[in-house]
Amino acid sequence: MQILTGMKGALIGSVIAAAAIIAAPFYVDLFQIMQLTVFAAMAVLALSLGFIWGYGGILCFGQTSFFGLGAYAYAVSAINFGDSTPAILLAILVPVVFAALLGYFMIYGGISDVYLGVITLTVSLILFNLVNSTAGDFYKIGEARLGGFNGIPGVPTFNLPGNPGYILTPEQAWMVTGIALILVYLGLRVLIASSFGRIIIAIRENETRAALLGYDPRIYKLITFMIGGAIAGFAGALYVNWGAFVSPTIFALGLSAQIIIWVIIGGRGTLIGPVIGCLLLQWMVTEIGAQQALDANFILGAILIIFVLLVPKGIAPTLRDLALSRLGRGETAPPEARVKVKT
Amino acid sequence: MSAPLLQTSGLTIRFGGVTAVDQVDFTLREAELRCLIGPNGAGKSTFFKLLTGQLPPTEGHVHLRGQDISGARPHEIARQGVGIKTQVPNVFNALSVQENLWIAARHKHTPTFATELTDKILTQLRLTGIANKEVGQLAHGQRQWVEIGTVLAGEPELILLDEPAAGMTHEEVERTAELILEINKSRALIVVEHDMQFIKMIARTVTVLHQGAVLIEDDVARVLEDARVRDVYLGKGLAA
Repeated sequence: MQILTGMKGALIGSVIAAAAIIAAPFYVDLFQIMQLTVFAAMAVLALSLGFIWGYGGILCFGQTSFFGLGAYAYAVSAINFGDSTPAILLAILVPVVFAALLGYFMIYGGISDVYLGVITLTVSLILFNLVNSTAGDFYKIGEARLGGFNGIPGVPTFNLPGNPGYILTPEQAWMVTGIALILVYLGLRVLIASSFGRIIIAIRENETRAALLGYDPRIYKLITFMIGGAIAGFAGALYVNWGAFVSPTIFALGLSAQIIIWVIIGGRGTLIGPVIGCLLLQWMVTEIGAQQALDANFILGAILIIFVLLVPKGIAPTLRDLALSRLGRGETAPPEARVKVKT
Repeated sequence: MSAPLLQTSGLTIRFGGVTAVDQVDFTLREAELRCLIGPNGAGKSTFFKLLTGQLPPTEGHVHLRGQDISGARPHEIARQGVGIKTQVPNVFNALSVQENLWIAARHKHTPTFATELTDKILTQLRLTGIANKEVGQLAHGQRQWVEIGTVLAGEPELILLDEPAAGMTHEEVERTAELILEINKSRALIVVEHDMQFIKMIARTVTVLHQGAVLIEDDVARVLEDARVRDVYLGKGLAA
């Protein structure tokens, strides 16, 4: 029942958010629309980690691997096909296959949590160096030159499905990105409320017990990891659509760390938390970047330390706990709220 | 149907130089209730871990209804109908009591039926009052009950209980004994326990483990009178 009422709230919130997204271009100037578009694309990326870490208990330190692969898969296929629709599908498919292979060896090989973090981080750095060294005419896939550290400029942005001649305006691209964020959020909500979602939460809580009940934790973790890869890859396509450009920095350490900070500050074990953390911190970093007095990374580090010490659960779970205690409800919160993540 | 429900032959596990379970031949008939006792370190919990696939045997075999399950993974053995309550409660701490049982029931059943089965077991174990409580916040005795409920919700044909009465009040111990006898009407059980009062309440046949090997296996009254059993419990060395 709690799940159902929770879903109703999520649906109402999503409808309101969708209305705001559609209305935004009438009230906000183009520069800000562009800002919001990249924020929303990154929020999809934050959701991918929020899901696999907060619910699957898998701390992937290299979620940018899938984000970057999705971005490059989109760029290369959009240039070759001249149509964004199959390119978006490949931006999801390529990271999923990569996540399946990487995840299979890690999860079925019995790699423990900490080493999984180290390996995924290392993989993202390997990809960074690999793509970085693809400068020159030799490295091209079809029409698309990979361009090494210069990246790929002039990537075709989204067009209407089935009509490559109709390129979306920036306002339309914003709506697509914003609505995509809402749909990914709702899709994950439904997934978590399903039996599959219950079981992956149970496995996060106690893998031994889940196995002793007949569930194979490995396959559930692998599927969770692959879903995370798919969403991160999709976020990569949204990101390239925003800037019409992709470069190897997309795999770099800085972004990998930032995603984790978004999730910690927004709140692990919720879905809205990572979105809030991502939007808030990106907005802050942009604001700080507009002045010269303080360094953005310094502020980001300070905020992280303050949160880990004072608000360890993150924004969303803390707000929910406050609201629940105001209402004086002794009963437990919905399962999404009751999360203890292995760190 | 000649094969016994469970049979181990020469089951052995060594950790470095220590032989924790040593050449154990153990047979359990269908619907039998067996108590397994022995002093600390006798290898009882390790024996359970071998039966459930949490540890692979160094030597020997485990057969379930004639089928060799030695070296199978825990989830595979669980699917063959073996359920276990471990010594240290293995529960889903951040989930509610109801959710713990539901996850177990869901493995074999549709969501709707799993909910019905969960309600039935909650009533049977008198856990309905705390159904929505988070398991991590419960007292040890209650967590034991939740784990037993979780095992029951998985509907296994063989149930292994490792110290089900530990940390319970006298009244709770009596209820646990009643429950075990009730479960035994339809399913086989192996119960590991230290509490001799508890063993007397439920036991018919008792197997005594000592230093990883079977010391004696007999009717409960004879086992408890046996001088060797008293000696190992009092920590005296066995006269060869």
